[in-house]
Amino acid sequence: MNNLYFSLALFGTSILAGFLGAMTGLGGGVVIVPALCLLFKVDVHYALGASLVSVIATSSGAAAAYVREGYSNIRIGMFLEVATTLGALLGAYLTAKVSGNWIGVIFGVVLLYSAWTSMHEHDARPADHPADPLALRLNLRGTYPVGDHKEKYVAEHVPAAFGIMFGAGTLSGLLGIGSGAVKVLAMDQAMKLPFKVSTTTSNFMIGVTAAASAGFYLSRGYILPGLAMPVMLGVLVGSLVGSRVLTVAKVKTIRVAFVVVIAALGLEMIFNGATGRL
Amino acid sequence: MEEGSDLASELGRELGLGNDHGLEMAMGRMLQIGVTVAALVVLAGGILYLRQFGSTQPDYQHFHGAPQGLVSVHGILRGLIHLDAQSVIGFGILLLIATPICRVIFGVVGFDLLRDRFYALVSAVVLGILLFSFFLRQ
Repeated sequence: MNNLYFSLALFGTSILAGFLGAMTGLGGGVVIVPALCLLFKVDVHYALGASLVSVIATSSGAAAAYVREGYSNIRIGMFLEVATTLGALLGAYLTAKVSGNWIGVIFGVVLLYSAWTSMHEHDARPADHPADPLALRLNLRGTYPVGDHKEKYVAEHVPAAFGIMFGAGTLSGLLGIGSGAVKVLAMDQAMKLPFKVSTTTSNFMIGVTAAASAGFYLSRGYILPGLAMPVMLGVLVGSLVGSRVLTVAKVKTIRVAFVVVIAALGLEMIFNGATGRL
Repeated sequence: MEEGSDLASELGRELGLGNDHGLEMAMGRMLQIGVTVAALVVLAGGILYLRQFGSTQPDYQHFHGAPQGLVSVHGILRGLIHLDAQSVIGFGILLLIATPICRVIFGVVGFDLLRDRFYALVSAVVLGILLFSFFLRQ
């Protein structure tokens, strides 16, 4: 396949990945890397580079829409970015130390985990108890639209969420993904934020987290312009359409289909990594 | 010093950073503009690239690392002057990476205008980490 057809095929695949990633809140990155490695036989480190670039584009592109709707919380986002960017530095450093096959195995585990969590998603509403004093001191609270009025929320378990976010950042740097699933875990499960606040704030943070490993990726030669170009443009187009649909459509059926795809890719990544084929 | 911060706050208010929602909207707009410009530059570079190399067969299967001129800001800018296709794409990618960094700068200025010292500081710490990571290996 020559470069033109290869780029077009990548572009098409990336549109689909971006669309599904935005609709499910998992981001396009989680399927781009396995798609590049397994379908297009691209080297793992090149795949990480192309994915990371597309992750920055999607996060930034979709954030504009979310911010307008008033779901994302910029204080909570900024606070947790201290943890994710530090984690991303560690993760990016590790990409040079860990072999491609190991990255594949870890990637597969994260994919399976992402699939599992998105099947167990629920709107964790906080129980009626006194608010976390640390969250109040750090002003980690806000309001979000429910119907035609606004509901208040305060974050819980701040130290745990901060720790999980460091882990999310490490995975982001190591795997070239936004690790939306882990970020949502920190905000949805630990901080007990409303689901839409978690997903949109997570998305808001992804660009900054990914930017923290981008310098390292660039200087290590992971980012090939010819490869990153169709992937970035495709994921961007797909995710812009996907995030429009997210706010109007019921996503249950698509989510289930996507979860099956992610789980299958996860198993294949683990298999290929464990047998030394990546 | 005083004059400088007055100028900054005036500029900030001009950009609508005077309240929480204004800051959010300004960040959103900035991200949108950054991503759009970056994508257009990447697209332009991509068209150049495919016209030049569309019929070749690139080797992505084996890791060699990107060519020497495409692994640093300096190298990419030098290639950009000669309208080298891959450097144009690379420049678009640099603009893209700069977009979230700009968003954090907006945070530093915006929270300062909101008299929210703590979050201005938090934003400054994030900015410091980002700049450290980017210039560490250049």
